[in-house]
Formats: sequence, C-alpha cells, structure tokens
Amino acid sequence: MQLFEQDNTLSNKHIKANKHQQAKIPKGTFKKCPKCQQDFFYKELGQYQTCPHCQYGFRISAQERLRWLAEDFEEWDADLKTDINPLDFPNYEEKLAKAQTATQLNESILTGCAIIEQQKCALGIMDPNFIMGSLGTVTGEKITRLFERATQEKLPVVLYTASGGARMQEGIFSLMQMAKISGAVSEHSAAGLLYIVVLTDPTTGGVTASFAMQGDLIIAEPHALIGFAGKRVIEQTMKQKIPENLQDAETLLQNGFIDAIIAREQQKEKLAWLLKFH
Amino acid sequence: MIEIENKTAFEIVKAARSQEKVTAHELITGLFTDFFEIHGDRRYADDLAIIGGLATFEGQPVTVIATDKGTTPSEKQARHFGCPTPAGYHKALRLMQQAEKFQRPVIIFINTPGAYPGQEAEEKGQGLALATELLELSTLAVPIITIIYGEGGSGGALALACGDRVWMLENSIYSVLSPEGFATILWKDVKKVAQASEAMKLTPVELYKQGVIDGIIPENEHRESLYQAISATLSQEINNLKEMNKSELIAKRKARFRKF
Repeated sequence: MQLFEQDNTLSNKHIKANKHQQAKIPKGTFKKCPKCQQDFFYKELGQYQTCPHCQYGFRISAQERLRWLAEDFEEWDADLKTDINPLDFPNYEEKLAKAQTATQLNESILTGCAIIEQQKCALGIMDPNFIMGSLGTVTGEKITRLFERATQEKLPVVLYTASGGARMQEGIFSLMQMAKISGAVSEHSAAGLLYIVVLTDPTTGGVTASFAMQGDLIIAEPHALIGFAGKRVIEQTMKQKIPENLQDAETLLQNGFIDAIIAREQQKEKLAWLLKFH
Repeated sequence: MIEIENKTAFEIVKAARSQEKVTAHELITGLFTDFFEIHGDRRYADDLAIIGGLATFEGQPVTVIATDKGTTPSEKQARHFGCPTPAGYHKALRLMQQAEKFQRPVIIFINTPGAYPGQEAEEKGQGLALATELLELSTLAVPIITIIYGEGGSGGALALACGDRVWMLENSIYSVLSPEGFATILWKDVKKVAQASEAMKLTPVELYKQGVIDGIIPENEHRESLYQAISATLSQEINNLKEMNKSELIAKRKARFRKF
C-alpha cells in the first residue's frame, strides 16, 4: 500500500501541487511568461493580459475579463452569502471575507446575463483570485442557478472556468456541488440549449471532473493548465517525471478532449459567432 | 436508526482501510447466487478496479458494479489500489446504460481512495470520464443504489454515488479528500490525521446527520449477518424505488443533490 501511505496521499499532494502551479502576474517593468519563459516589457501584456510571445493568458479577475468580453452585463445572485462553516474550519470566515474584499465578489464566480456582440447569454466567470477559484457551496449554488435561470429564459450559457477544484474547507458539501450542478446542466441540455465552456488557467480537480467537461463546446485558452490530478500527485503515483505539457490545453486538443484553443483577443468575436450560429 | 458501535472517527478510518475489510468478491458471492461478469469499456481497455456484471437479487435481474482494491500485492497493483481509470468509469457507465435498456436496478459497491491520478488516466480524460458519469447518471431511468463499504474518496466515489440512494457500512468513510490531505492543509502536518478525521465529519453518522447518505448498515465480524443486513437494505430500497415512475425517480434524484 505504498501508494497511499500517510504522507503520500492523493489529496495531500494535490494541494501541494496547486501551490506550485500558481502563475501570478509578476511585478516589475519586465515580465517573464511562466509558460514560454520569455521576457517582455510589461506594457506588451495589453488589455488582455496575454504573453506577446506565446499568447498564454495570465490569471485575471472575473471583473477584468468581463470588461473586454461583454458590452452589457446584469449580475445575478450577488447577494448570496456563505453562512456555513460546516467543519468549523479555523479562520474560514476571515478567509472568505478577505477574498470578497479582494475580488469584489461574493464567491469564486461572477454570474449574470450578458450581451456579447449583441448576443444575449447567461454568463459565468470564475475568479482564480477567490480562494483559487475553488468550488464552495455558494459557487455551486450560483452556477446551478445560472443554468436553471438560463433554462427558464431559454438562454445559452457561456462559462469561464478557473479553479483549483473542490473547496476543502467545506468538506463533503463542496463535493455535492458537482452532482448538483450536473443536474442543472443536464436539464439545460435537455431543453436543447447551448452550453459553451471556456477553460482558463488553471482548471483542475472537481471542476474538471464535472461542469468544465460537460459543455456542448469546450474551448480553452492557449497553454492553460487543464487536468484532473495535480502534476506532483501524478509524478508521485507514477514514480517518474511526467511530460511538462501533459496538462496543457494543446495536449488536450491533440488527445481529442477540447474543441478549439482561442486566444483572448479573439474570444469575443468567436463566442458571438457561435452564439449566433445556434 | 440502528445501534452502532461507538468508535472515534480515526478508528473508523482505520477500519474502513483495514485488510480485514469485506472485499468486492466476497460481497458479490455473499449477496447473489449467480453472477455473470462483464468486462471492458468497449473502447480500449478493461479496468480491473471496477468489477461489473449481471446477477439475480431476490428473483429479479440486477446490474452490479463494484470497485475492487484486490487482496494480493499483484492484484492490488493491477487494480491501482482500487482507483479506477477512465476505462473503469466508461465500463461502469456502459453497464448502467445497459441496465436502463433492460430496466433492471443498478447496485453499486464503493471502496476507493479516489479516481486514479496517473499519466495515462489524464491522457485518456479522467476528468471527462467523471464529468460524463455525473451528467448521464442524473437522468438514467432505473433505480441506482450505492453502498460505500470502505473508502469513498472524492470525485472518484461521487461519480458512482450520484444515484437515488447512498448507504454506508458502519466502518466506512466518504469525504472530499483524505484525512491526511486535510491535516496537511489545516495544520501543515500530515501526522495529525486522527484530528483531521474527527474534524472532517467523514463518518457515516455525521454524513447521515448532514443528509448526505440515507442510512448506515451495521458491521460485525460475521460476514453472514453483514450480507443479510445489506440484502434487507437493498430489498427495501429497490421496492421503494420501483414504485416510482421514471420522471418521479429522476426528479427525486435531482432534488437529492439540489438541496446542498
């Protein structure tokens, strides 16, 4: 049972792995792209916050993404509050409050009704700065309501994912969100409505294992990390180094799991085309 | 509620992982007089971490799916210590869709640390395999009853526990991550696993209180009485669920998870 010895458990390593995967926007005049390792002048990031060399999209807040994505937006469920700390996790309330202040969101996703180049849709954008975009109960509730309301109002759903996976502090309730959301996605789909997922860096764990992989169309940003298990977990399971690009969007495209890779500056136009097409 | 032995959460964690724990093969032979095993995912592989097949339960045909950790070192290796690969989830889904076609209830037994986190599992779409299971099972029109008999680890367990009823054996656990992982996050100390087990509320009693599971099946050293207790639960649940029409069954299944 070496594989699951106490200091060598999956989840344990997953957490460690995620910390190493954090590719934050570097400070200073010259930046280094965490994907292609090339340097560039900070202004070259531009409004889309992408690497001028490889098009990698740096991790950005939901609000920042919304600014260039939609010309109109009406937020939904901004008043939902997490009123549980089911495991009495120390300092969890403080952690939430801090994330709320930093992101100006009530949870790790921003949801609402958006207009993208005149196309109306239900839009969700996960924020990697809110406790690693993890899937809390209110995150799950907001996504479920997004699909439910979209089904009622006969709207397509566009959902941007960015997440480390389940919210450990909420224990089993976090896990239940995966099944809850899947139920709502299924009803939306049965109504013949379109669901487009855009996978951004990083999309991992329980989010990959549920709604991130349930779209009619699955799009990814260049070089986004997309996977189920963390890289270190895999390496310790395999007892060997794994290819650097195993969980890159480009590898997933090659293996047949995503439909297209689209850089940020083209997303608005392409999404509008797809929305109009359906 | 049945009387169950008073154990600490960590004692339950250890009992759930014990070498003495009832195995998938024992459960299948103990509960069903016949069993026809079905292999393969009809795509590219047969994952031995998932056993699936056809059986008769109280005179009626059922589909049985069980995760299997194996007992000998070579069995354990071949079964990735009970961690299913995408092929395993494909196989499980295939069997469940077949059960829907022939309108027979699905009985699932779970004892897994989680979905297998290997390179090939990633390359073959572990995330997609789990996501598909969750999506498809939300509308599969036959009763699905899951019994967690050892470890119920994270998304890899949930994908097989998203049906109509989930029961747990007295000595089993169900959680979003392992207590070792939790101890590492909370105290940066993997050795505080006993405290973590307590804090995580991963025991059947706690999960029953939270409405995550529907009941607890008592366990003792006598296998026969365990099989009888499981049979009684399955019999009762299958009869309850068979009374519902398809839309009622699916509506109730959705509601089961919508409340969280």
